[in-house]
Amino acid sequence: MIGMIITATISVALIMVLLVLAGTFTWVERRLLGFVQERYGPNRVGPFGSLQWVADTVKILTKEDRPPPGADKLLYILAPAVAATPVLAGFGVVAIGDGWALSSVDVGLLFLLGMLGLTAYAAVLGAWASNNRFSLLGGMRAAAQMLAYEVFLGLSLMGVVMIAGSFSMTEIVEAQRGVWFVVLQPLGMALFTIAGIAAAHRLPFDLPESENDLIAGFITEYTGMSFGLFFLGEYLAVLLVSALAVTLFFGGWLGPWLPGPVWFGLKTAVIAVAFVWIRATLPRPRYDQLLSFAWKVALPLSLLNLMLTGIVVVARSAS
Amino acid sequence: MIGFGWLEALLRVGRKLFVKPETQLYPEQKPKLYPRARGRIVLTRDPDGQERCVACNLCATVCPVGCIDLAKAVADDGRWYPEHFRVNFARCIFCGFCEDACPTAAIQLTPDYELSEWRRDALVYEKHDLLISGEGKVRGYRYWSVAGKAIPGKDKGEAEHEAPPVNLKGLLP
Repeated sequence: MIGMIITATISVALIMVLLVLAGTFTWVERRLLGFVQERYGPNRVGPFGSLQWVADTVKILTKEDRPPPGADKLLYILAPAVAATPVLAGFGVVAIGDGWALSSVDVGLLFLLGMLGLTAYAAVLGAWASNNRFSLLGGMRAAAQMLAYEVFLGLSLMGVVMIAGSFSMTEIVEAQRGVWFVVLQPLGMALFTIAGIAAAHRLPFDLPESENDLIAGFITEYTGMSFGLFFLGEYLAVLLVSALAVTLFFGGWLGPWLPGPVWFGLKTAVIAVAFVWIRATLPRPRYDQLLSFAWKVALPLSLLNLMLTGIVVVARSAS
Repeated sequence: MIGFGWLEALLRVGRKLFVKPETQLYPEQKPKLYPRARGRIVLTRDPDGQERCVACNLCATVCPVGCIDLAKAVADDGRWYPEHFRVNFARCIFCGFCEDACPTAAIQLTPDYELSEWRRDALVYEKHDLLISGEGKVRGYRYWSVAGKAIPGKDKGEAEHEAPPVNLKGLLP
């Protein structure tokens, strides 16, 4: 009983921290995007504009949130929650330090992949419930994109799992004490990066909401805080994918001098910034280009990576 | 699609992080505007401190959005002046046509562009909001001293560059 209460308290605290982190990250992204475009970005509210997201939250909370006529009200209201909840749940198995995980399950990686996959459902649900054709097209793109990236997202990680011999986040990090997996699995890392961006629906793979042909895709009809929840889900997904990349390829909390969680946070921040950098640079591919790249290039490459890793692992264990 | 141009693009964009932003931080750094900048409209006075506007209505006629409203009145000395003069800055597009049309250089656009108001009706400027005590951009110009109309102290034919009136009934050439 006591244990449950403690876990619940920590969970609530973690969710609060994550929401603040996601808010801060929106500010960081806007500032960075501003700088690479030779402007300042938000710099008025709070020191260096760092409280801009608070002001935006207050504003978005006071906006009217009204389903469009003909919308499926229940699903319309449910979809934003579906966008944010699985990502928040996914953080439950992320190990930010040695033994610093809310729940260190043995199949943590599988759980995380499942939670990441669920975000596509939110897009489809919201799109369908909006009773809007542009939304629906966005939702269908989300579904097709999910089919495309999810395949090689999982496969690109299996090399790591083979070397580490475990699905547990803690053990994967422990297996990198000698050398980070980014050295052993560069191809896997590259493929995971691409799939991770697509999983978080980030530019250049934000085809479900590509604003120049679909208005805003599946979030066209959303206003107020339900729109905000979709965005929260997206930013949390970026942080989750960054944390996953750190755990799998960049040695998790391992590092000299500083305590583990600090290292983990630093590495995650660097990857999250790289997300913004990629967003600022790369143009969005056409829809069919993404699909053909995913199925014709990324999937064979990930299979190749898997095969080579398998041969090496078997040869090692045989010798 | 498989090339490495994107790597160069990433480097180029990343380098931009260390470039000084071009943004002018507006409320602290005011932009430098020239006198011809078309901002808030004023009504000017001539060097003697008298109103230049003669309420000819040309500005209101030429105004494409119809934001100028005025009514003519005649003073005791025969001069014309606007009884009221209103510019609705909620509609004004600052095109400067009124300034071009004005024969007396009364209405002028100034570089003041900070016109924000909380209430929309606060943007309707009455004559006492518009009328300034100076001459504006056109110095030393007195409409009444070049116009042919007779006013106290200046009869017909006494204006600058004006020939005496022709006596139509006279017999001399």
